[in-house]
Amino acid sequence: MGLKEKLHETKLKFQGKKMAPAFNAIHTFLYAPNETTHSGAHVRSADDLKRTMNMVIMSLVPCLIFGMFNTGYQHYLALGEIDAVTGGFFGSGFWTWDNFILGFWKILPLVVVSYVVGLAVEFVFAVIKGHEVEEGYLVTGMLVPLIVPVDLPLWMLAVAVVFGVVIGKEVFGGTGMNILNPALTIRAFLFFAYPTWMSGDKVWVHGAVDSAGTADAISGETVLGFLAQGKTTEMAQQYDLADMFFGFIPGSVGETSTLLILLGGLILVFSKIASWRIMLSAIIGSLAMGLIFNGIVAAEWIPEYSKFYSLMSFEYWQHLLVGGLAFGIVFMATDPVTGAQTNRGKWIYGFLIGFMSVMIRVFNPGYPEGVFLAILLMNVFAPTIDHYVVRGNVKRRLKRLKNATIYPKVSEGAEALKTETV
Amino acid sequence: MSKDIRIKKGLNINLVGAAEQTTSKAVLSNVYALNLDDFHGITPKMLIKQGTEVKAGEPIFYNKNREDMLFVSPVSGELVEIVRGARRRILTLKILADKSQEYVEHKPLDLDKVDADGIREFLLKSGVWPFIKQRPYDIIANPDQTPKAIFVSGYTTAPLAADSDYVLQGKEAELQAAIAALGKLTPGTIHVSVGKSGNSPLAQLNGVTVHKISGPHPAGLVGTQINRIDPINKGEAVWTIAPQDLIIIGELLLTGKFNAERTVALAGSIIKAPKYYTTKIGAEISTFLYASGVNEDKYRLINGDVLTGRRTHPEGYLGFYNNTVTAIPEGDDYEFFGWNKPIFNKISATRSLTFSWMQPNKKYDLNTNTNGEHRAFVVTGQYEQVFPLDIYPLQLLKACMVQDLDEMEQLGLYEVAPEDFSLTEFICISKQPHQQIIREGLDLLYQEIG
Repeated sequence: MGLKEKLHETKLKFQGKKMAPAFNAIHTFLYAPNETTHSGAHVRSADDLKRTMNMVIMSLVPCLIFGMFNTGYQHYLALGEIDAVTGGFFGSGFWTWDNFILGFWKILPLVVVSYVVGLAVEFVFAVIKGHEVEEGYLVTGMLVPLIVPVDLPLWMLAVAVVFGVVIGKEVFGGTGMNILNPALTIRAFLFFAYPTWMSGDKVWVHGAVDSAGTADAISGETVLGFLAQGKTTEMAQQYDLADMFFGFIPGSVGETSTLLILLGGLILVFSKIASWRIMLSAIIGSLAMGLIFNGIVAAEWIPEYSKFYSLMSFEYWQHLLVGGLAFGIVFMATDPVTGAQTNRGKWIYGFLIGFMSVMIRVFNPGYPEGVFLAILLMNVFAPTIDHYVVRGNVKRRLKRLKNATIYPKVSEGAEALKTETV
Repeated sequence: MSKDIRIKKGLNINLVGAAEQTTSKAVLSNVYALNLDDFHGITPKMLIKQGTEVKAGEPIFYNKNREDMLFVSPVSGELVEIVRGARRRILTLKILADKSQEYVEHKPLDLDKVDADGIREFLLKSGVWPFIKQRPYDIIANPDQTPKAIFVSGYTTAPLAADSDYVLQGKEAELQAAIAALGKLTPGTIHVSVGKSGNSPLAQLNGVTVHKISGPHPAGLVGTQINRIDPINKGEAVWTIAPQDLIIIGELLLTGKFNAERTVALAGSIIKAPKYYTTKIGAEISTFLYASGVNEDKYRLINGDVLTGRRTHPEGYLGFYNNTVTAIPEGDDYEFFGWNKPIFNKISATRSLTFSWMQPNKKYDLNTNTNGEHRAFVVTGQYEQVFPLDIYPLQLLKACMVQDLDEMEQLGLYEVAPEDFSLTEFICISKQPHQQIIREGLDLLYQEIG
């Protein structure tokens, strides 16, 4: 008897029991179920939610692996043990075993904690509520380690994941019912509960927190961090455009490499999993806001000593290369459950995300980043956007109704005719 | 007059086992049956008792809410069994056929002399009225209502369905007679659609507006065409008739006989020699199924096409409205890592490691596996790619699920039938039962507002 038959028999044993969803989750992970169609169409397309989520995870893997290398690279660079990378994306000094091994052992625990804690919550809710374990967390669990600083204590991550999954998703009814993106809810929780671990110049490079105050203290400021303090020249000395595009800069684990995010985005758009409308309009929105700020600077409406000056004068398209903007646009804004659901709504939704992200980024006094706040804000407004888009369709239908050709009932019509002839 | 309509959104489901265009005569069936499930929303009241002899075209039961709407026997013989279900609901009426067929002889109608009331009465009493369906609600047309237009779709895009162009050949006279009669029942237009590159006899009819349709499925569904040509508004009614049923109506008008004969496509990968058979409504499917032969013992037999048909079995009977019988493999087996490995042998509307987009003309052998479990709606924007109607499909489905009558009405539920959602159901990643949701929504709306 093969594994397939054994699992089938175990499934029958579990049927109707409390633990059935937990077993089925593991079973369907190994084997696509033997379920056949009952009502409606007798054949179904090849895609299911697992496959969809799997595509998103695969498009995230390049960012994850890059994040591992970058963690090691930033650490050793700050220590002064290696020189800054030269020679393009595959340049020397970045893709080394030392970098990878350090990063691997730093990031793997984040991934494991994120998945184990999150899936445990999912399993518990599935068993309590008697529904199947849904796949939503497969993507969330991968996103979370990529959007936090590398030295974040694991217990904080665990607490945040529990909060995010329960409050962000399960209380609304699970995958497909949530209003806020769970991964961003987790990040928002971390940001507001433990702000010192989520911002500043100490958290982005591994080892910086531990070494603070000692003789060989290291630090790593993000591009936006420099700009928010008005240190434009220091920033330009340390990072050039290629660094920003390739991702050789400090930041959250997976957000730095615009190149690989672009690759992930292309995979998602090509496979028709994520909405290109949201991505494109979000890019347009962020460029628009960037241009407005550049215009304000060019018109000399704000003085050079203003604390917003550096960020406002930052070249408009470079906003897309730094911080979490690109990552947010490609992987977070396109979440179908929390985003706008109509095609026209997606254009508006995406544009506003890009627009607000850059706006919050520039005006946020404490923390020069706004993508996650902008997306969470637009998550809340997505149903409103959809409502007005759908009303457009309803209005068209109502307009048509004015010219409706409604004939009287045959019986009534006959009566009317009779009275006419009389 | 002819107008071209090009549908862009949609998806053709190319399956192996299309019926070859040759027609054989099926063996005569011993027993014929009417399946009451075919007549949605009709409560039958029996006119004859079990054991009574009937002629072909003789009424067996009527609509409880409408006494003059009669349902007749497709053959002459003896009503041998009334199969009842829970609460004595009638499920199936079985008629043991006589060796030689006798028909009820109606006086053929002289269409020049008879008015709308006369035609209506004739169609109702002769038992062909149930072929006329109406929208809204996708039920048998209410004879009391005057439709603003009548639609006939002669363009076939549904997977493996009987090709209208083929089954209508040589039936010009019947089609014309039926159209002439129906034309008197509406002050509006009869819209007839044909394939752009087909040779449908429907294109030659008088008294109709012909539309040449092109594009992928669901371009051939009448709902798609209505939405393009003359969408339904609240309070309006539109009638739809399948072209193969026009033949039966036409023959009745010309000869006075209800002849339930119909050309049926037997198709699907399970069938050894898929082709067309002439048989009668209600015939046992086994009378022609085994003539073509089956490849496997375990398969799904479907009365209709794979997207909208009703499940049946070899001892089942040809449905009242069906001219396609499909047999496809059952898919009740597990697939190791079926959710993440690349898929080459199944159709998909995405490109998530599924490769059907590379070979749009390849023919696939799909089985009945759902390819995944039922989930809440997650993905958005996918239905819109295959749904050509000016309606928000996801929003309408959700309105039906929460039974919000106002929303259902405003989002266009009057315009659709369950079959319009068969393609979105096919591609649905969450494996939601779209057609059932729409059917229940329509029933609720009919009950509350109807």
